[in-house]
Amino acid sequence: MTQPIIELSQIAKKFGKQEVLKEIDFNVDVGQIVGLIGPSGSGKSTIIKIALGMEVANRGEAKIFGQKMPNRTLLSRIGYMAQTDALYLTLTGRENLKFYAQMKGIKGQQLQEQIQHVSQVVDLTDALNRKVQGYSGGMMRRLSLAIALLGDPELLILDEPTVGIDPALRRQIWAELKRIKNDGKSVLVTTHVMDEAEQVDQVALILNGDVIALDSPTELKRKYQVPTIEDVFLKAEGAEQ
Amino acid sequence: MRTISIMRRVLVELFRDKRTLALMFLAPILILLLMSFIFNNNETTNVSVATVGVSKSINRELDSIKHVKVTEYDTNQKAKQSLDDEQNDAIVEKDGNNFRLTYANTDASKTNAVKMAFGNALTANSISELKQGLKKSTAAISELQAKLASITKTKVNAPQESSQPQAPKLINHYVYGDANTSFFDKILPILMGFFVFFFVFLVSGMALLKERTSGTLDRLLATPVKRSEIVFGYMLSYGVIAILQTIVIVLVTIGLLGTEVVGSVFNIIVINLLLALVALAFGILLSTFANSEFQMMQFIPLVIVPQVFFAGIIPLDSMADWVRNISYIIPLKYAGDAVSQIMMRGTSLFDLGGDIGVLLIFLVVLTILNIIGLKRYRKV
Repeated sequence: MTQPIIELSQIAKKFGKQEVLKEIDFNVDVGQIVGLIGPSGSGKSTIIKIALGMEVANRGEAKIFGQKMPNRTLLSRIGYMAQTDALYLTLTGRENLKFYAQMKGIKGQQLQEQIQHVSQVVDLTDALNRKVQGYSGGMMRRLSLAIALLGDPELLILDEPTVGIDPALRRQIWAELKRIKNDGKSVLVTTHVMDEAEQVDQVALILNGDVIALDSPTELKRKYQVPTIEDVFLKAEGAEQ
Repeated sequence: MRTISIMRRVLVELFRDKRTLALMFLAPILILLLMSFIFNNNETTNVSVATVGVSKSINRELDSIKHVKVTEYDTNQKAKQSLDDEQNDAIVEKDGNNFRLTYANTDASKTNAVKMAFGNALTANSISELKQGLKKSTAAISELQAKLASITKTKVNAPQESSQPQAPKLINHYVYGDANTSFFDKILPILMGFFVFFFVFLVSGMALLKERTSGTLDRLLATPVKRSEIVFGYMLSYGVIAILQTIVIVLVTIGLLGTEVVGSVFNIIVINLLLALVALAFGILLSTFANSEFQMMQFIPLVIVPQVFFAGIIPLDSMADWVRNISYIIPLKYAGDAVSQIMMRGTSLFDLGGDIGVLLIFLVVLTILNIIGLKRYRKV
């Protein structure tokens, strides 16, 4: 069996006295989309920060591509999209893409090709020379996704990529994520939109800093004998309390 | 390479923000012009003095002093009234052998001017009285000599003090500037440093704060960029800004205000660049303790205002020892001192090793703190 892309084992994290993560155990395999589902404040973003090496766990181990995090150089193989758009508003779309591409270490000929490619993927080619402050909310979100896609990363980590986005665009983004997955890349995505959870390969239900269920959507629904993931979540939550 | 990219991005952002740019380049010019008008045109204090029962000769001496106007009053009451009516700044009253001076004291500089003027008048008066006495005694001596001569029939070769001794003329030479060199010229080098420090501190602090609150810092740190590359990128960009700002300020100072710069302009730029980098490091460091733009502004009275007090605008020698010690931790003091030396004495950079060394220590320590400080946002 191939090595998992993300390997989180027995992760625990405290901020001061507040225990945010109790014991997080799950893997993301090659060519898999894993969804972290849970209410806000359940610790999803903290899991992502630990996976990226921005935070260090108090206990347990986070490995990416088989190497222990935090590790700065591995970050060039990861595409990250945060909850906030994190764009430079006075720069144009192209300048934003160029800057982040340079930060990822993409150079020369590749730089232009990559900018061309990712802006096509998110359908922003026509707006590239406009300043970002004139973009609509959806365009900003797409540009933010395009930045995460720069450099063809082997792993995408997306924190609530579809929040505040209209349904058409949401569908578009999910189609893109599936295409990326079919290229043999892996995706870790957080969301609290339950119907998005139907689209992933593995669902990790997070509640109060614990993984309360981890399986494919169909399997989960079968186990809990409910028609939707939302019901799975409610039932699991009820069982927990 | 990433450092250059970050520098370019920060500069592009800054040059698109026209208002901030105007603040950094036009505000110093405006303030310098204003200050030069204020300090150069109102240097002399005109005072008017009321005198009661003071001798004619003293009155005359006092009135002959520049910027002093004397009005004689018959009674103390009338003089007091004029003081209350703000017609006069002080009353001089003869009291037996003494003089009693009453000051309105609403303006300390006027009080001092009267004190000094009256002192001078008194001295001048006693000198002229002495001269009179001397004249009398010389006359008496020559009378005696004449008598003596008529008795002995020989002429005494007394050293003839021919005519009045010529009063020595004062010839002033100024090593720096000319007779019009004023307080403004003294504080100009410090002001220059102040503008650089203030604007770089504020604008860079705000920029990094924005980077943090908008999430771009997090995203930046999710790329393989080194923490030091971010700090150095910021340093390069604000270094460029500081150089431009210093050039503008120096050109205004020399061209518009006509201030004399003895040393090389290049040296002034070097010192201000160093100061700007210290300000930048300060700004970035303090911005990590601020959660909003308003909290960043709150550092102005804490960080900027003390710099002004201890930078040398107010003479440090006049302070108590323990207060003066505070100035050793004020970066602006060292930059102001160095630029003053360059501007007024033409000192070369090699002779300013002390000032430059301290600024470098500030810079290195703060930069290291900043690079470590970014660990808060990414652990590696």
